[in-house]
Amino acid sequence: MIKAILIFNNHGKPRLIRFYQYFPHVFLQTEDMQQQIIRETFHLVSKRDDNVCNFLEGGSLIGGSDYKLIYRHYATLYFVFCVDSSESELGILDLIQVFVETLDKCFENVCELDLIFHMDKVHYILQEVVMGGMVLETNMNEIVAQVEVQNRLEKSEGGFSAAPARAVSAVKNMNLPEIPRNINIGDINIKVPSLSPF
Amino acid sequence: MPAPIRLRELIRTIRTARTQAEEREMIQKECAAIRSSFREEDNTYRCRNVAKLLYMHMLGYPAHFGQLECLKLIASQKFTDKRIGYLGAMLLLDERQDVHLLMTNCIKNDLNHSTQYVQGLALCTLGCMGSSEMCRDLAGEVEKLLKTSNSYLRKKAALCAVHVIRKVPELMEMFLPATKNLLSEKNHGVLHTSVVLLTEMCERSPDMLAHFRKNEKLVPQLVRILKNLIMSGYSPEHDVSGISDPFLQVRILRLLRILGKSDDDSSEAMNDILAQVATNTETSKNVGNAILYETVLTIMDIKSESGLRVLAINILGRFLLNNDKNIRYVALTSLLKTVQTDHNAVQRHRSTIVDCLKDLDVSIKRRAMELSFALVNGNNIRGMMKELLYFLDSCDPEFKADCASGVFLAAEKYAPSKRWHIDTIMRVLTTAGSYVRDDSVPNLIQLITNSVEMHAYTVQRLYKALLDDISQQPLVQVASWCIGEYGDLLVSGQCEEEEPIQVTEDEVLDVLEGLLVSNLSAAVTRGYSLTAIMKLSTRFSGVNRIKKVVSIYGSSIDVELQQRAVEYNALFKKYDHMRPALLERMPIMEKSASNGPTEIVQTNGETEPSVVDSKHPPPVSQPANQANDLLDLLGGNDVVPVIQTTVPTKPASAGGELLDLLGDLSLSGVPTPAPSVATSQPSFLLDGLSSQPLFNDIAAAAIPPMTAYNKNGLKIDFTFERANPNPNVAVITIHASNSTEADMTDFVFQAAVPKTFQLQLLSPSSNVVPALNQGTVTQVIRVLNPQKLRMRIKLTYTLKGSPVQDLAEVNNFPPQSWQ
Repeated sequence: MIKAILIFNNHGKPRLIRFYQYFPHVFLQTEDMQQQIIRETFHLVSKRDDNVCNFLEGGSLIGGSDYKLIYRHYATLYFVFCVDSSESELGILDLIQVFVETLDKCFENVCELDLIFHMDKVHYILQEVVMGGMVLETNMNEIVAQVEVQNRLEKSEGGFSAAPARAVSAVKNMNLPEIPRNINIGDINIKVPSLSPF
Repeated sequence: MPAPIRLRELIRTIRTARTQAEEREMIQKECAAIRSSFREEDNTYRCRNVAKLLYMHMLGYPAHFGQLECLKLIASQKFTDKRIGYLGAMLLLDERQDVHLLMTNCIKNDLNHSTQYVQGLALCTLGCMGSSEMCRDLAGEVEKLLKTSNSYLRKKAALCAVHVIRKVPELMEMFLPATKNLLSEKNHGVLHTSVVLLTEMCERSPDMLAHFRKNEKLVPQLVRILKNLIMSGYSPEHDVSGISDPFLQVRILRLLRILGKSDDDSSEAMNDILAQVATNTETSKNVGNAILYETVLTIMDIKSESGLRVLAINILGRFLLNNDKNIRYVALTSLLKTVQTDHNAVQRHRSTIVDCLKDLDVSIKRRAMELSFALVNGNNIRGMMKELLYFLDSCDPEFKADCASGVFLAAEKYAPSKRWHIDTIMRVLTTAGSYVRDDSVPNLIQLITNSVEMHAYTVQRLYKALLDDISQQPLVQVASWCIGEYGDLLVSGQCEEEEPIQVTEDEVLDVLEGLLVSNLSAAVTRGYSLTAIMKLSTRFSGVNRIKKVVSIYGSSIDVELQQRAVEYNALFKKYDHMRPALLERMPIMEKSASNGPTEIVQTNGETEPSVVDSKHPPPVSQPANQANDLLDLLGGNDVVPVIQTTVPTKPASAGGELLDLLGDLSLSGVPTPAPSVATSQPSFLLDGLSSQPLFNDIAAAAIPPMTAYNKNGLKIDFTFERANPNPNVAVITIHASNSTEADMTDFVFQAAVPKTFQLQLLSPSSNVVPALNQGTVTQVIRVLNPQKLRMRIKLTYTLKGSPVQDLAEVNNFPPQSWQ
């Protein structure tokens, strides 16, 4: 099982964080603990030479001898998968490659900026590859096709940031209408659970 | 209220922040804006706000106030809302928050939605963070989706089912019918996730595993799929670097491993395909190696035929020579796993493994080190140790402690000679002395004490090492202890092993005093050196200097030192007559059985004559004679003689020789009646057999006593007890009584049992049986008896001046004495 997927840059700034298992830590809030894990992982991974193997034992926070860190370094980004012993190490290396190539197909020559500005899209793509810590689909074309359909679905509703899938300048933004079309959408039907105010 | 800014604007703004404080300020401002927007219950911009919140969450800022908003988004009709809402739920919520249960109804509805992508979102969320309550509620829906023909949904349902099973194992049965035709799917995504589901089920429940093996005929199905993958030729859809869907191949191989483990039929069914994969896979790219690696692991785990296993290990050997570090790493890891079972095969690759010690990569070095220690045996010890010591010299500090411990362990097990052993220890102490574990100091001291003939050599080498360097505490401690003990040998200049050095008493005392005052010495070390100085007072001629040193430290600030000094001072003053006795040479120490495995040390090859034995000459020679006696005596070849021996106090080498001499005879320890010898406590060589105290309070009435022998006035009764912790051990107490008019002196009782038993004879209460039944001699026998017990006994005693000997067989053991 994949326990966590982390993407951060050469300075340790996180670009994508996805945990599939909670590392419960009594004293720290989730966000703090996540950041600590990122810091520790970055520390471990960044001091690795380029010609050493891509496997590391996990740090003290991602505890246990069962967990390994498998990472790959692409230009300015580190892709780190934290896995347990049920995953094949070499297989995960290939999976990272598939994921990155998929990103490349979806964003057309993906670079760090794409990940920065389209964090949610990257999550959606990842969701088609890994689900619940397990590998869902490894066929790149399949993944790209499914993501495209869903993006189109979103676009037909107007999207929320109304930005195309590319990291382009703000000029294109102005073209897309911002008319609130939702006045007479049957919002009455929204089943918002009646909650006591707090 | 102006429209909330878009996500990318926020990102752009945050990126312009030059300091952490600036960033925090911007984020706080934005959070406030988002909060007020949430309060306004604005449906339009909710998705945008949540997206921004998720971004800020990734940067590490608290985002819990967005949790409820995510739920509202999930309940919306728009796909956009649902998409970001579910993502938010997966990132911000987990089962620790009560809020998550509110999602259950939404997910249930969405699982039945008309749009497959909405269904997919729901499955994804449930499969990522569904709690056990949610899983229980929604398992039925998931099961339904597992049977759908829509492959997009089917594969997601399969993984969701895995999550449900993990959270609520009892629900596993429910998914069984749906798995029936999962493997007949064409879609590789579905196949892949189905194999994952089947793997999870097989791993969790042995019943399921058995079911899949027998009823479903899973193995042939998997073999067929795998075959198709390999033989199908080029298929552009699933191709990765020329190999057809390597991920699926690896998954199938893993499932085959679980199915084939400890099962002959399954293993046989997959032998062919494994051989095929192993030989046909392209190894030039990582994908090929991933498949090969998985194949090797599978071959090693199932009951494969030996040819296949050799093939697997050779593949691993080839991996070791690969340029790719990752491949070398996985090869070393798998070799480590297989070294226990296929030791000889792995030995063949020893030289490559040792070369890996010199690799630059830390992970590879560590694995190579562990593997090297696993491969050390009596034959290669010298060569391996040279490499390992070289490694110890040059490796990173994080390895030194483990390596040093490993070297000590290996040296202890396989040392070809005492001198080599001591040299190795010296080498470790001098090169990695500060990293050596704390418990090695007493172990080493004990080892040195026990190699009597090496004392002079050892103390000389240690002294020379001290002259060079006093910073490494373990070395200093061992050295000062030895100098204290064997200082006389040091100054007398007698050393056979190497050139004796000329040292005067004053020089020695200089060194020891230097330790006391040095800043480098730890408190413990100071204690050692003070004691050493004190001990030298009985070994050196000039005592005055020592007296002075000791009295100075009587006022030391360190309480430990002060106490020692004061006590030693008292020794000088008031109890001088006791001093020589108190400070004399330490006796040989017995290695306590609690230290790790009670292995007998193999001194193979160049064994020096064990000097220890010369201290106990009579007992060692006795067993040989007695063994022969009883062997003649008993004739029957299924009966193993039990010998009365004095077990030497050092089971290490002497015990080894004894055991060699007597083969697999079971020994019983009986000491010579002389109580002055400290070794009179019987040490049980058969410690593994039973280690309970002698007399346990068990109802002795459970097994009736019996008369074993009654002749010529000597009657021997047996009474029984069961040793409480270990019911397989019967404790028999013999009571010998004498009805004649004269005492029977030099009474000796011996017993022999068939080979299937093990017997232990403890010390008799006395060896005089008083006349006219005035008293009895008792002796305890302990027998490990799985079956019907029978025994042959031999009695010797002197009656009225003439020796009497008799043999008897005891067959009338009551049936309750065995079970």
